[in-house]
Amino acid sequence: MSATKPEETPVVAPEPSQAEGLGGIVRAYLAKVRGGDVGALPAVLGLVVLVIAFSVLRPNTFTSELNVANLINQSAAITVIAMGLVFVLLLGEIDLSAGVAGGTAAAVMGVVMTNHHQGWFISVLACVAAGAVIGTGIGLLVSRLGIPSFVVTLAAFLGLQGVTLEIIGAGGTIPFENETIRSITDKNLPIWLGWTLAAVVVVGYAVVTYVRNARRRRAGLTNEPRLLWAIKSGALAVVVVLLVAYLSRERSLNPNFKSLKGVPNSLVVILVLLLVLSFVLGRTAWGRHVYAVGGNTEAARRAGINVLWIKLSCFILCSSIAAIGGLLLAARNHSVSNATGGGETLLYAVGAAVIGGTSLFGGKGKVADAVIGGTVIAVIANGMGLLNQEPGVVFIVTGLVLLVAASVDAISRRRAAASGRG
Amino acid sequence: MTATASVRPAAAGSGEPLLQLRGIQKSFGAVHVLRGVDLDVRAGEVTALVGDNGAGKSTLIKGIAGIHSFDDGEYIYDGKPVTVHGPKDAGALGIEVVYQDLALCDNLDVVHNMFLGRELTKSGLLDEDSMEKRARETLDGLSVRTLRSVRTKVASLSGGQRQTVAIARSVLWNSRVVILDEPTAALGVAQTEQVLLLVRRLADSGLGVILISHNLNDVFRVADTIAVLYLGAMVAQVRKADVTSNQVVQLITTGSTGEGASA
Repeated sequence: MSATKPEETPVVAPEPSQAEGLGGIVRAYLAKVRGGDVGALPAVLGLVVLVIAFSVLRPNTFTSELNVANLINQSAAITVIAMGLVFVLLLGEIDLSAGVAGGTAAAVMGVVMTNHHQGWFISVLACVAAGAVIGTGIGLLVSRLGIPSFVVTLAAFLGLQGVTLEIIGAGGTIPFENETIRSITDKNLPIWLGWTLAAVVVVGYAVVTYVRNARRRRAGLTNEPRLLWAIKSGALAVVVVLLVAYLSRERSLNPNFKSLKGVPNSLVVILVLLLVLSFVLGRTAWGRHVYAVGGNTEAARRAGINVLWIKLSCFILCSSIAAIGGLLLAARNHSVSNATGGGETLLYAVGAAVIGGTSLFGGKGKVADAVIGGTVIAVIANGMGLLNQEPGVVFIVTGLVLLVAASVDAISRRRAAASGRG
Repeated sequence: MTATASVRPAAAGSGEPLLQLRGIQKSFGAVHVLRGVDLDVRAGEVTALVGDNGAGKSTLIKGIAGIHSFDDGEYIYDGKPVTVHGPKDAGALGIEVVYQDLALCDNLDVVHNMFLGRELTKSGLLDEDSMEKRARETLDGLSVRTLRSVRTKVASLSGGQRQTVAIARSVLWNSRVVILDEPTAALGVAQTEQVLLLVRRLADSGLGVILISHNLNDVFRVADTIAVLYLGAMVAQVRKADVTSNQVVQLITTGSTGEGASA
């Protein structure tokens, strides 16, 4: 103990500014990827490859304005359900019942809306409430009784299909006649509103991140290099402008009969959910606690975090969002049946989250992963359909893609363990 | 000990202990784990708690930390008897525990871990700027120079760095007593060195430190007093200068030094 005078000029070294310049940014990113933190990179690369492949194979149909808009409406429900699943996956749990929970909630909504003639607002409320009730049941069983979520939600997967069947009757359907509800998947934003929204998104992102970076730079805290900020904002602007421009073109097969153009309403639903949920997950203490429970439950418990509540609330949130997904499915079909949310819906949604980069092992993932992954799934299903592939082949390919995504997850996790990154 | 002794605020061995335990009893069913344990912890000192496996060290610190309550005995803090019914009570008194397994979340960065469960918020939202600032100040205050960035994920830190983060977390909250459970187990030579320095610095800054360790080398390097538990009884609490390593080993293994020197 003798030779140890406390150091006078100590400090957690000044934050490394090695990431200045383009080379620095690229090096920092590559180091991150090599360390196992691949994020959404495989999904984005996969998406680019798929889009190029289908565009080459079906140049007339795949890239047509009609098909692009179609694709968005097709993927909306899967993407939304996947967004809810991200919260459960972050805990290291799973919800196999999310798809059918959406179906059951849509059936409840159908009864309220069609049989009891309630307006769209009350009906949507009933739909989300039904989802919340389902989520509460699952969450209580998982958090209080400690039954593995796999088993609880597998039971719910079966049971809820029965509930839906009881609500709407065997072989029956409940029509969705409410114009407002139908317009979510049938109608588009006016052109001017689409562009306004695009401007708000791009400028909003650029300004908010710039102000935050400037503030942190002044305070001497870690911050993003200006060049990186410019690249990110620029990329976002390009993608948004291209997408909106494309969607603003006339895509009706017979424009004189009925004009069809503008950003689909369902894309707005996705955007709003993406912003709200990302904000909750990234900027609130609750969101931080979700990551903590997923990363190390025992550490979270000892830090005084109410682990049971975090688990319960994630399951409630997942099922409530799944209810919105069910709503989108039913709105697109103009009716709800016992098949709504069944079949491959859930597996596609889990696949979307995992393909987007959310880990099945918990603690790692973002809400945006669901959007990227959902797009990949939709592009596969849509493109293969245009190639006139058998449904069997589509399933096989989608299954393989999911397996690849899960493998990337597992491998990057091992690399992360080896290189000591999380 | 000369270089650091001068800056220590509390003169060694004098004054009222910050934390006093008197006649602590604890049983789990038929197993009588703690049999009338006394312990004094002074501010500005490292009190080493040693004892063989099963001697009751963990039970004792869990009781101090409020994880379970003692059956009987006095818990005197700052001269006043207190009752500690849960970790929150202990936290309110300024008692923090750094567990052996550290309780860090690998998927979160250093700042997030230091504020885990006690995040600073501004109008309901996480106040990342203030948290990062305070985390750096705390680490700077402990003269921690081994972390490259406070935004590094904990998963990418070495064992010593993790220990550092866990210790820094414990002093972030104006704590007055820090309990360290085997902080150097599983660390290499250089990292053990770093952590021991840090432990000494904690005491020198005026905290009462309880150090649990199996390694008598470590104990003799940083401790001011050594408390020895043997089969649930405190067989000695002595100043380091008054004992030899061999005597401590004897106390740990047999409960007495065999020379009538035990306190």
